[in-house]
Amino acid sequence: MVAALTRIFGVHNLALAEDVVQEAFCRALEVWKFRGVPENPSAWLMATAKNRALDVLRRERTARTFAPELGQLFDSEWTLIPTIEELFSPKAIEDDLLRMMFSCCHARLAEEAQIALILNILCGFSVDEIASAFLNTHAAVEKRITRAKKGLAASKKLFDVTVPADFSARLPAVHRALYLLFNEGYHGASTESAVRHELYREAMRLMAILLKHPLGKTPATYALAALMCLHAARVPGRIDASGNLSSLYDQDRSQWDQKLLAEGFELMELSATGPKFTEYHIEAAIAAAHACAHRMEETDWKTIVSLYDTLMTINPTPIVALNRAIAIAQIDGPEVGLKELSSIANRDRLASYPFYPAAMGELELRRGQCVIAREHFGAALALARNKPEHQFFQQRISACKQE
Amino acid sequence: MSEFMYLFRGGDIPASPEQMQKSMEKWVAWFKDLGATGHLKDLGNPLEPTGKVVKGKQKVITDGPYAEAKDVVGGYTIVEAKDIAQALELSKDCPIFDAGGSVEVRPVQAFKL
Repeated sequence: MVAALTRIFGVHNLALAEDVVQEAFCRALEVWKFRGVPENPSAWLMATAKNRALDVLRRERTARTFAPELGQLFDSEWTLIPTIEELFSPKAIEDDLLRMMFSCCHARLAEEAQIALILNILCGFSVDEIASAFLNTHAAVEKRITRAKKGLAASKKLFDVTVPADFSARLPAVHRALYLLFNEGYHGASTESAVRHELYREAMRLMAILLKHPLGKTPATYALAALMCLHAARVPGRIDASGNLSSLYDQDRSQWDQKLLAEGFELMELSATGPKFTEYHIEAAIAAAHACAHRMEETDWKTIVSLYDTLMTINPTPIVALNRAIAIAQIDGPEVGLKELSSIANRDRLASYPFYPAAMGELELRRGQCVIAREHFGAALALARNKPEHQFFQQRISACKQE
Repeated sequence: MSEFMYLFRGGDIPASPEQMQKSMEKWVAWFKDLGATGHLKDLGNPLEPTGKVVKGKQKVITDGPYAEAKDVVGGYTIVEAKDIAQALELSKDCPIFDAGGSVEVRPVQAFKL
């Protein structure tokens, strides 16, 4: 809604757009209290916001300038209502979301600020929700969002999604933001739960809108969408009934979402065109290799290691190296895996990442070094960021005792 | 370039909301065309069919309508054109003709000092 209203009022009136949405929600609270919640609450809210927008346009069209390219159409009663109706059509709103998504991914804004903005403006997350998703204080997130919004409002114009050159130039930043948003939901650092469904689903919703746009349908977009589907399909197996994490080895693979898997594979095929091979392609391929195996033993580790090798050449981060080492241990045994783990470049950056000591522990355990394994899991436990992680490492520690 | 006012007269009022919407779309499309070719000076506004008239030295107030339905002014718009011939030409796509109405094209008088 904010995206649609910002399109109407102009990006310099972002605050006004937010006020109108706020008013619509307040009005809903008042009216619904007496008359009950209407059959279609979101349509009701949309209609209220639309009427409120009309009021604002009529009252203030002489005092303020709105979206400059629409100015003349708002000035006359001949065109005011039809124009507003058109701007609130479902198709137009999708375009607005896309426009806002690209506007939020401005190079001047830091990546965390871009994601915070997207969550706040496009997904309607409150400052508190964003703060808890990113393990940040309310004040810090509020400051970040306020500053980012000022930057956005100063940019005078919303991003024009119809200019192919600009679109392709900004697309990687949008991919990156959606990728980070997805990851934050999928294995983020949240304190309450290991998987934040609302975060990764928002990423997938925005992704679907991007895929509908003719300029958005690039191989990289398809690859990223495939990656999201293939990972999301495994969520039901990853978390057991009591909300606990279970490792890839012990997962009940029959619980994986077959529809999402099929969609993921289809998207992967669509991504396999053009000369550009992105990190999303590789990550999707790795996810696909896991998804193909009906049982753990059927996993094609050779392919997975070689995919990680390629990924290391494009995006050599310690996390990628960590995952590569785990895959290598599957082929060449825990000793080789441990050697790989302890030779990861920049591994100091993993110092607070619980799954680094956990991986060490897992491999030590596998070669029978229970005492050392327990120490590693203890270190992981100390770094655990939420309850499911905590329980997961506890359970690994007790596994060390049994052997 | 000179300015001309279009006075839209008469025309059937759409019977159903669907027809109303269709008619609105046609009008918006026409206005957008005028705007796109740079001929639109002021979109003007539609007018209610009724109102009041103040008349004479006594300023007597009487109710409308003031004429037969086909002569009632339903709205106005100001365009820019190089001469009246062009202004007439530009008016020919106006949706009011579909509804049986008319467009009166009047040059805006530019007073000289």
